[in-house]
Amino acid sequence: MRRVRTSEMAGLRYLSRLLQVSRPRLARPRSAGGPSSVPERVAEKRRAALLGGGQTRIDAQHKRGKLTARERILLLLDHGSFVEYDMFVEHRCADFGMESDQNKYPGDSVVTGQGRINGRLAYVFSQDFTVFGGSLSGAHAQKICKIMDQAVMVGAPVIGLNDSGGARIQEGVESLAGYADIFLRNVLCSGVVPQISLIMGPCAGGAVYSPALTDFTFMVKDTSYLFITGPDVVKSVTNEDVTQEQLGGAKTHTAVSGVAHRAFENDVDALLNLREFFNYLPLSNCDPAPVRKCHDPSNRLVPELDTVVPMESTKAYDMVDIVHSIVDEREFFEIMPSYARNIIVGFARMNGRTVGIVGNQPKVASGTAQEYGGIIRHGAKLLFAFAEATVPKITIITRKAYGGAYDVMSSKHLRGDVNYAWPTAEVAVMGAKGAVQIIFRGKEAHAEAEYVNKFANPFPAAVRGFVDDIIEPSTTRIRICRDLEVLASKTQSNPWKKHANMPL
Amino acid sequence: MAMAASLGRAAAGAWRRRLEQRHLLAVQCATRHSRWCLITSRTLYSAEYDPNEKTFEKLLIANRGEIACRVIKTCKKMGIKTVSIHSDVDSNAVHVKMADEAVCVGPAPTSKSYLNIDAIMEAIKKTRAQAVHPGYGFLSENKEFARRLASEGVTFIGPDTHAIQAMGDKIESKLLAKNAKVNTIPGFDGVVKDADEAVRIAREIGYPVMIKASAGGGGKGMRIAWDDEETSTFLDPETRRAMGEQAVALAKAVKYSSAGTVEFLVDTKKNFYFLEMNTRLQVEHPITECITGLDLVQEMIRVAKGYPLRHKQADIPINGWAVECRVYAEDPYRSFGLPSIGRLSQYQEPLHVSNVRVDSGIQEGSDISIYYDPMISKLITYGSDRAEALQRMEDALDNYVIRGVTHNIALLREVIIHPRFVQGDISTKFLPDVYPDGFKGHKLTDLEKRELLATATSLYVAEQLRSQQFLGTPRISLAKLDVSNWELSVQLGDGTYSVTVSNNGSTFSVEVDGMKLNVTSEWNLASPLLSVTVDGAQRTFQCLSRDAAGSINIQFLGTVYKLRILTKLAAELSKYMPEKAVEDTTSILRSPMPGTVVAVSVKPGDLVSEGQEICVIEAMKMQNSLIAAKSGKVKAVHCKAGETVGEGDLLVELE
Repeated sequence: MRRVRTSEMAGLRYLSRLLQVSRPRLARPRSAGGPSSVPERVAEKRRAALLGGGQTRIDAQHKRGKLTARERILLLLDHGSFVEYDMFVEHRCADFGMESDQNKYPGDSVVTGQGRINGRLAYVFSQDFTVFGGSLSGAHAQKICKIMDQAVMVGAPVIGLNDSGGARIQEGVESLAGYADIFLRNVLCSGVVPQISLIMGPCAGGAVYSPALTDFTFMVKDTSYLFITGPDVVKSVTNEDVTQEQLGGAKTHTAVSGVAHRAFENDVDALLNLREFFNYLPLSNCDPAPVRKCHDPSNRLVPELDTVVPMESTKAYDMVDIVHSIVDEREFFEIMPSYARNIIVGFARMNGRTVGIVGNQPKVASGTAQEYGGIIRHGAKLLFAFAEATVPKITIITRKAYGGAYDVMSSKHLRGDVNYAWPTAEVAVMGAKGAVQIIFRGKEAHAEAEYVNKFANPFPAAVRGFVDDIIEPSTTRIRICRDLEVLASKTQSNPWKKHANMPL
Repeated sequence: MAMAASLGRAAAGAWRRRLEQRHLLAVQCATRHSRWCLITSRTLYSAEYDPNEKTFEKLLIANRGEIACRVIKTCKKMGIKTVSIHSDVDSNAVHVKMADEAVCVGPAPTSKSYLNIDAIMEAIKKTRAQAVHPGYGFLSENKEFARRLASEGVTFIGPDTHAIQAMGDKIESKLLAKNAKVNTIPGFDGVVKDADEAVRIAREIGYPVMIKASAGGGGKGMRIAWDDEETSTFLDPETRRAMGEQAVALAKAVKYSSAGTVEFLVDTKKNFYFLEMNTRLQVEHPITECITGLDLVQEMIRVAKGYPLRHKQADIPINGWAVECRVYAEDPYRSFGLPSIGRLSQYQEPLHVSNVRVDSGIQEGSDISIYYDPMISKLITYGSDRAEALQRMEDALDNYVIRGVTHNIALLREVIIHPRFVQGDISTKFLPDVYPDGFKGHKLTDLEKRELLATATSLYVAEQLRSQQFLGTPRISLAKLDVSNWELSVQLGDGTYSVTVSNNGSTFSVEVDGMKLNVTSEWNLASPLLSVTVDGAQRTFQCLSRDAAGSINIQFLGTVYKLRILTKLAAELSKYMPEKAVEDTTSILRSPMPGTVVAVSVKPGDLVSEGQEICVIEAMKMQNSLIAAKSGKVKAVHCKAGETVGEGDLLVELE
């Protein structure tokens, strides 16, 4: 039996209070020196599980500016809702002295279970860095797989709070097998229940594939890292000097690589934001998107929009302003705000109903860098996604919809349900200058004005029915809310196929 | 027969370290009077209109913003068709939309548009406007413009060229006043050559001397953020009458025939002296209108058409008290008001508060640009007495929703409740005297702090409860969570406060510092205004922003307070969170995108103010204006026009 020191007791009392775990009543008085009773042993194991790697390691975790696995769960889930699984699971490694009692931690290096976020079910695993650095043992993987299996069975999201040094090296291939078991479930869960990863510490080597397979990967600034090989290996292989932060920190992955969808200031901020984010998601592929009670009138006019697009057609404006003014209560949860800043994506609500928003931000550069970077294939992904989607699709053309961009951005031709143009819309193959050079080979002086008059406006699209209406911008919110209500019962399906072959 | 509408402005001066005040009298003159009876109703713009009286068919307003809108309103009432002029950046402005016709008179700079006499004359010809109202500022006191109009046979709604010229020169006007037997300050009525001579003259006169530039003044650089109010706290009816008579005498002397303002300086013995006369509609004319029931613009138009005034000075009553605040897009926390620019992303005037008049030329979505005066509106309240008018002003300021630009409501609201202001002890040095270390916002009393904490935490809990309310979703836990008591920790300024909130319907019972408060509201989380009853007292709050991490910005008593509200648990765990040094990104400007530098508007050593354009980057034929994130001196410029820059390239550094 492990001894619990006074300082550990303080921590335990704290957690017990938080978890509302009362000291179990002992069935029998304990006999001095004799073997402990079962209830005593249960209580003792629970206490040990709550302490994870012990107070010293908890203090070290705090010193790094990080919370413990259990503290994170407390913040993420509704008060008192967490139901823990597998608190007694221990690792099974018998090599390198791992079999000794002091190397056994009830629950091992991950805390798993289910609970509620604003009353809605969520499955959670939270890796415990205080136990063997959160390393992944067979038992650790087994615990995660158990909750994933149940999440799919009942149809509820899986949230992973990642803080792990990597594989449990002492377990060898057993650890690798554990990873693969999780990866397989990540793949099978994909499109069935939402999967969210919040990287709150290191996540290196093979471990990175799980977050990469989930729907959303969030990070904590300055304390989380994602990389296949660490700075030491990089140095030995390529002789590059690079810090952990530069190699795989939150800034790298949210602004440069695009691996992570968003980063938050610290653990507390991240978990509180995750609660808010969770409220936008449906529980599973069989559940509707949630409709939250809404105070913002669906028939609200937005006069701001009538002047938001500048008169000069070359002057930029901020699409985020437009989104804020249209959606409920100006709430817009932006996904990947720092990456590919010529497009904005995120979640918002219209009359309480969750909607996904994709908006062009007029900041795009063309050139060799774009072509070498594979813009054709990337653009094709976007087109594929719009065309394949069977959810209600509403499109507003605020200004320029030139060339392929007109087609790609959920045009009528890609099964857009309702497509509107603002009076400032310009729908054409290309800008006036270029078009006139091709059509008239520069011979016509007044041709540019004629082209602008003919094409740099919404009429050519409207007369063909490619946009359903030309609308006053201030009525945009009213129309979208009304259309979504109509489209709520939309049914549409794609041809049977084994799977689609989306360009990657 | 002359008639005058009296008005007062408390732009008072601490003159000779004694309480003395400047007073203004608006004077209107006409050759004979008629016997119209004045209706002194409390409604705004109450002056009646006779539809059978012939007037101009079409009138052009040579101005922009609120005054243009103000004039158009009266024209509409009188059945006169209106023409607005505008610069190219103003083509979507409210005054353009309100008018029957609009003509672009040039690009943004005022010298090329609103002061461009040639273009304006062209617009008059094109639209066949019969008369021009110049508003105030711009060409309102420009004798050349008045002359050009006269030569084209277009009526200038204002005094004639002679009066403009006579009163426009501060020295000539003094002499004229002296001759008209108007009290003038004993002093030197001549041209002062230099500072030395000024000092010498000052010694001879034995007074501290107020030196004013002989031409010009006012305008963008010089303005008082509030207008200080109607009916002075100082003047008795007798002095007022005497002043009125002298003002009329002066007006007669220059054959003045329109609205104007005569400024007097009053000393503690109620002696008054002529200071100057403004030959135009005064910026603060709405306060006169509020307490007299007159429509000064209507009267100006009538007089210009040749009709006599319908009111004698004696007929013009003074009903109650009016106060005007000029609401500006400026940051009162810096130099009492550095101009700010931006888009009004949300804008709602407090017209639901009774006895409030708002003269504005902007609306939701309007741009406050660098080109013009950043005034948002003139906010006027009135009541039966001064206290009532000021109380209304507090309500009006609390209910004014302005988002997207920094504004001066915090300062305005502080001034009107300051004991010195309330007592009428005000001077041009009021701000530096009262706020020697600059304006810091409202200082909450203990009770106010509790009200703020109680309301903010109630709002937080209301939002938390709302986030659990899903419609038509069956998969919500039936087991009700224990949410009757919320133990919260609130950070406000340097303090951390423990607050307990318990919920009972729309009322929250909040315990702050051992004191219990009851907070009731509709808790409409979409409304920019939050009307709350705290322990029976009615309060208006504005929630400017709130986020998932508990940060919440609340405007209360005019000032914006930043709060962070966390559950006890989150607050306890937050102590482990690392402190992060905030990177100062305000002093460097980096290119947000790859592109071409089109223009650089600053050079090293230049002083720039926040929001000022520093350079323009063009990318994909899109011009992006990059602005200074703070005010300061330019340290270095690392780019020049025509250069290509990459994303993140350093463009300009500030000191």
